Amino acid sequence: MKLSKLILGCICLLLSFSLYAQKETNKNHSCLKCHAHRTYKYMNEDFGMEIKESMCSNRMIDTLAYQQSNHGMFKCTDCHSPEYETFPHAGNLRMELMYACNDCHAGDPEYAKFHFEAIEEAFYESMHYNRSPDAFTCWSCHNPHTYKTQARIGEKISETVSYDNNICLSCHADVSKYELLTERENINILKSHKWLPNQELHFKNVRCIECHTQLSDSLLVSHVVMSKDSAIRECTSCHSANSHLMASLYRYKSLESRKGSGFLNAVIINESYVIGANRNKYLNILSVVIFGLVLIGIFTHTIFRIFKSK
Amino acid sequence: MANEKLYLYPLWIRIWHWLNAVLFIVLLLTGISMQYSNPENPLLISFELSVQLHNICGIALSINYLLFIFGNLFTSNGKQYKMKTKGLFKRLYDQSVFYLFGMFKKQAPPFPISLENKFNPLQRFIYSTAMYIGFPIIIASGIAMLFPEIIIPQLFGVSGLLVTALLHVVIGFILSLFLFIHIYVCTIGSSIISNFKSMLTGWH
Repeated sequence: MKLSKLILGCICLLLSFSLYAQKETNKNHSCLKCHAHRTYKYMNEDFGMEIKESMCSNRMIDTLAYQQSNHGMFKCTDCHSPEYETFPHAGNLRMELMYACNDCHAGDPEYAKFHFEAIEEAFYESMHYNRSPDAFTCWSCHNPHTYKTQARIGEKISETVSYDNNICLSCHADVSKYELLTERENINILKSHKWLPNQELHFKNVRCIECHTQLSDSLLVSHVVMSKDSAIRECTSCHSANSHLMASLYRYKSLESRKGSGFLNAVIINESYVIGANRNKYLNILSVVIFGLVLIGIFTHTIFRIFKSK
Repeated sequence: MANEKLYLYPLWIRIWHWLNAVLFIVLLLTGISMQYSNPENPLLISFELSVQLHNICGIALSINYLLFIFGNLFTSNGKQYKMKTKGLFKRLYDQSVFYLFGMFKKQAPPFPISLENKFNPLQRFIYSTAMYIGFPIIIASGIAMLFPEIIIPQLFGVSGLLVTALLHVVIGFILSLFLFIHIYVCTIGSSIISNFKSMLTGWH
């Protein structure tokens, strides 16, 4: 009798758990049944007809990317008006201003390590904000439905580079989004970066922001995007012992590796090679020793030659 | 025999040699300027100029190397780089002993220069190693870095570019040691500048 009660109890617990889980995954079902697809259907009550329409591409949500994003745990109506739960959606809802990062994250000690307030200050200094203060927001770069922190999660540097560069390229290689923010029409980053040697190699291995933002001591990723006239063009900014990259792209990884093995260059030596910036210090010492020995040998031989020729 | 003049270096060898020398020195200086890049060091060539010069001279040196290979294939000069393994160690030892001790005792060189043997065994061994092992590796790794897309991205978990660059730098370093020793040993002639003159006139 006791055993059967126990089994029954377990079954009830499992059922309630699975119902809860299902509710969690279905929390956005009513929105995503339309917004996760290229087409949606609705019932036209007046004519008793089912109508199929195409979904506007910028209203579509990539559900997988959303689930994996930093905001994937939220219900759509946590950020969007609850009035969206009725269909057809009221037209005035579109006029609502969206939340910006600090509407939720400001002053929250849990997010203090991300320095949201400092990011906002830096953003106000950026040429993006100053050229187009009304149109440019956090969301212009960080899609709230897909954004996830990249550099801190231990991904490979090459993956961080490609993720971050795709953010820039979403406008700077796509006129349809670019023209929402500017009147300029011609964008050709291949042409404007023609001066850069080994262009493809640079594009794959460093982020746009390495040269196009002002370095920041407090932020992992500087948000002061500069105008093109202020962009770095000096090769030695990166290709030197005091490389700019150590304070930007490699900053997080080098901090982590220093914590771990105490060897500053470890991560960078394993993942990339920047001539002039990362050298193997043991090979350096060895080369100086060998070169020194050769010079000493030549010098001694010369002395003997002078001495013996007399 | 000391008074007998030998025509050891035909024109094509002299052209190849001096082109190779100038290009190699530019490659060495620009290579050091990139490897130890520091905008505040006035002794280094600027990084931008170094990259351009290193690329141009690297390509020119590779083409010049083809002249050396074809010249050695189609003239008797190629024989000067061939060695018999039998007794090699003894010959290298004898020549080294001469450079370290014998020459100070005014002994005669163990392997006098002739038309058939314009290099002594130590020269023959070092020149062959430099030209047939060192040069192909440094040229191949240099071409790979000129076209980095052809390099394997990962080699045993380490960046392929890093391995290629290290190989290039290490061989470059060894060849630069060769350059210093080569120039010094060339001062050991009937006079300090006689060997340099020979490489200009062809006559030893």
